[in-house]
Amino acid sequence: MAKKPQLAIDTRPWRDPAAKPFVRIRNVTKKFGDVYAVSDVSLDIFKSELFCLLGGSGSGKSTLLRMLAGFEQPTSGTIEIDGQDMTEVAPYNRPVNMMFQSYALFPHMNVEQNIAYGLKRDQLPAGEIHDRVAELLSLVKLQDYGKRRPHQLSGGQRQRVALARALAKRPKLLLLDEPLGALDKKLREETQFELVKIQETLGVTFIVVTHDQEEAMSLATRIGVMNYGEIAMIGEPTDIYEFPNSKFVAGFIGSVNMVEGVVTEDEPGHVRIRSAELGCDIYVGHGVDCAPDQILWWAIRPEKIALSRDKPESTEGANVTQGIVEEIGYLGDMSVYQVRLESGKHLRVTQTNTIRGNPDAITWDEQVYLQWGDNAGSVLTV
Amino acid sequence: MSSFDTEAPAPRRRRPWTVVERGLTAIGLSGKALVIAAPAIWLTVFFLVPLAVVFGISLTVKQFGRPPYTPLLTNEEGTVQLTLHLNNYIRLFTDGLYISAYLSSIRIALISTIIALCIGYPMAYAIARAPDQWRNILLMLVILPFWTSFLLRVYALTGFMRGNGVINQFLGLFGIEPLVMMQTDFAVYVGIVYSYLPFMILPLYTNLVKLDGALLEASADLGARPLRTFLSITLPLSMPGIIAGSMLVFIPAIGEFVIPSLLGGPSTLMIGRVLWDEFFANTNWPRASAVAVAMLVVVVIPIMLLQRAQDAVQDRERAK
Amino acid sequence: MRRGWFLPIAASLGFGFLYAPIVSLVVFSFNESSLVTVWSGFSTKWYGELLADPQMLGAAWLSVQVAFAAASIALVLGTLCAVALVRFRKFRGRTVLAGTASAPLVMPDVITGLALLLLFVAMEASLGWPAGRGLLTIIIAHSTFCTAYVVVVVQSRLSDLDLSLEEAAMDLGATPIRVFFDITLPIIAPALVSGWLLAFTLSLDDLVIASFVSGPGSSTLPMVIFSKVRLGVSPDVNALATIIIGIVAIGVLGATVLQLRARPKKAKA
Repeated sequence: MAKKPQLAIDTRPWRDPAAKPFVRIRNVTKKFGDVYAVSDVSLDIFKSELFCLLGGSGSGKSTLLRMLAGFEQPTSGTIEIDGQDMTEVAPYNRPVNMMFQSYALFPHMNVEQNIAYGLKRDQLPAGEIHDRVAELLSLVKLQDYGKRRPHQLSGGQRQRVALARALAKRPKLLLLDEPLGALDKKLREETQFELVKIQETLGVTFIVVTHDQEEAMSLATRIGVMNYGEIAMIGEPTDIYEFPNSKFVAGFIGSVNMVEGVVTEDEPGHVRIRSAELGCDIYVGHGVDCAPDQILWWAIRPEKIALSRDKPESTEGANVTQGIVEEIGYLGDMSVYQVRLESGKHLRVTQTNTIRGNPDAITWDEQVYLQWGDNAGSVLTV
Repeated sequence: MSSFDTEAPAPRRRRPWTVVERGLTAIGLSGKALVIAAPAIWLTVFFLVPLAVVFGISLTVKQFGRPPYTPLLTNEEGTVQLTLHLNNYIRLFTDGLYISAYLSSIRIALISTIIALCIGYPMAYAIARAPDQWRNILLMLVILPFWTSFLLRVYALTGFMRGNGVINQFLGLFGIEPLVMMQTDFAVYVGIVYSYLPFMILPLYTNLVKLDGALLEASADLGARPLRTFLSITLPLSMPGIIAGSMLVFIPAIGEFVIPSLLGGPSTLMIGRVLWDEFFANTNWPRASAVAVAMLVVVVIPIMLLQRAQDAVQDRERAK
Repeated sequence: MRRGWFLPIAASLGFGFLYAPIVSLVVFSFNESSLVTVWSGFSTKWYGELLADPQMLGAAWLSVQVAFAAASIALVLGTLCAVALVRFRKFRGRTVLAGTASAPLVMPDVITGLALLLLFVAMEASLGWPAGRGLLTIIIAHSTFCTAYVVVVVQSRLSDLDLSLEEAAMDLGATPIRVFFDITLPIIAPALVSGWLLAFTLSLDDLVIASFVSGPGSSTLPMVIFSKVRLGVSPDVNALATIIIGIVAIGVLGATVLQLRARPKKAKA
């Protein structure tokens, strides 16, 4: 469901230092009274990207989106779209359209009138408006619903009308505020797919605000994780998940085991961390920017840990510890094990249930070994 | 889908609105300023300034002529002289009539409000708990009298309560002596309750209809009898409705003129009526003004402050 | 939920109290005798007398003119004021405007009437306008207090209005004025209608303020009714009341039916 892996560098302009960004946000700060809703955010977004702003409520993601649309003015900083400074441009003159979280469909107009509204404001000839509306209706598969009023539509249909209306003016940039937030889970998965397809077909740049990490992971070319008005991390979904840059990002996306440790060996090719919590050393197979005796954190995803009854061979006398299975959550496709280490620390481990009805599966109160690879976890200093 | 070429900017022409807005900005006016200015100027000229005029005239004394009060400013050989009289205010305190009129207004309004609450609460509760298809009809029946003439409804009461009116004729069927109801304070209470009952019921209804039935079930489930549930759940939760409804009855009742003059007797003192008589019967404009100023200070301003405080509390609760 | 006997009985008595005087008023408007309280046979002669009374008809026409003009002025001023208070969150004097707009709601009629009369007298003495008192001064006075009611009605509807609807229109290229006429106005239209009707009714009903600010020869309908009623019973007032109640009942019934019919469609919105 994610964007197809396209390895050529020209499909990932953010990897090309010479590429010219389409949206350029520079040191933007927004204060409401004494509260910093957005603080010193700088962000480049490239043409045809599907960029997700991900964060909890109050993280400033919606405020940032509203500043792009022009509903809020930055307290300081600049926003450029397609090389043009947007600071003085009113919302109704921006080459940007927005899909609202509540959809904001005009209740006194039917579907066609809603979609045509923006086109009429541009005073396009009636015939052209008619054609464009028909085209959009077929794009969102609502050909037969043009004469309906918004309240006569289902949630999913309303969502598609909102999308069609926002696309009608062929904006250079489409802003989507929680586009799937109001849909139920099943519909959300289907619509997610549709949204990506439409975005790819039209090549419009999308900026999506969402609080749903799964949604962000499956939609986005890149994700900007926001926290307390600041950008915590920008990266491709795999970067964000596998190589988080901070405890916050590691904990915010997916589930993670976080342990504290002390650096005992700091070499260019590897790092050794002693962790009392784990009851073993952590051997990291690459260099890390740290100092000996520094206290830092090591984060590992539950699926990166292997469980076994027999003691596995350890690398460099590290990366193996043992514990007792306390809880098992059976989820069908996989099982979640809560393992209690000797230090009292709990680790969460997931195992794919590859064997049907496995009679030999690890069970409650069993003594197990936990093992992970040299590069399975992330070393975090903040 | 080639028509969705994002490079082609939509053609933009100047729209008439833009021209209007530019024109306004050119002469230093924004549309926003105009929207604020129109009601602000009107309300200043026809609401705030008149109150200032009332205050000014309350500091003059009655004289014969047009206008029937002494001028505030006199111009004698180039020197402008300001003459203020405090006689009217002194009379308000020394003449027992005014003080007892203020007190009696507050008493009558208070008693009527309490009666209206006692009648209105069960009605509002009954409507809120009525089956859906009934609710709108009952609500309409409450609102209907409000849209008919207030004056005519008070008049209807006179026909009902007078010596040979409907009530006494009905009592006569059972051989009961006619009751004297008209031209008493009792008639004024009935008149106020009758006129303003819808104002009591509507806010109470709005509040009670939102009451979550599960709360009552939970209370019953935890062992409370219906009366206990009502006293410890329904009543406290409907407090905002009670306050709103009581204010809506108390406020117009206190300055009421029509009801005491049609239903009340000569001994029914209400401040609205006193002001009216000072103005129309005695043509003492300065005294009437002083009565008005005192009424503003004693009654109206406290009510406004109370309402603001209440609004602030509600806003804070909503913010939570 | 309680389904006891107390509530239905209390509610029935309450409604009886609300409607018995009105019903007897209507019944006695068809009474033959001039005694409003003793039934002596069916007759419509009071309706005939009413319709032949030039003073009554003149006053009714004046009242309708005043109410129409005052409600319309109040609608414009009240809507502007509500928009300013709800949509422009911060401007200098906002608190003063909010206070002034709601003050007439708690101001006793006698004070409003007296104050406006004194203003008109003072203005006439110093500016020469308004010359004398009559239709114009009543309209001004009624517009002023009706504005406060329109503000309340429109304000509550406006603050319920989803702000993102207006933002969406702006996002699609509509300037603020355009947004107001395309989106805001059509959506708050029902509130405007009820605000206007409320103002119209209040103006038509006002006795006290009109008594202060009217001049000789410009008596409104409530003023004429009041002077008649004060002198004692008058069956033609019963007839008038019946006509007014009839009109209002039909109006309110019609509005309720329309609303009920509109509801099933709205249920999902």
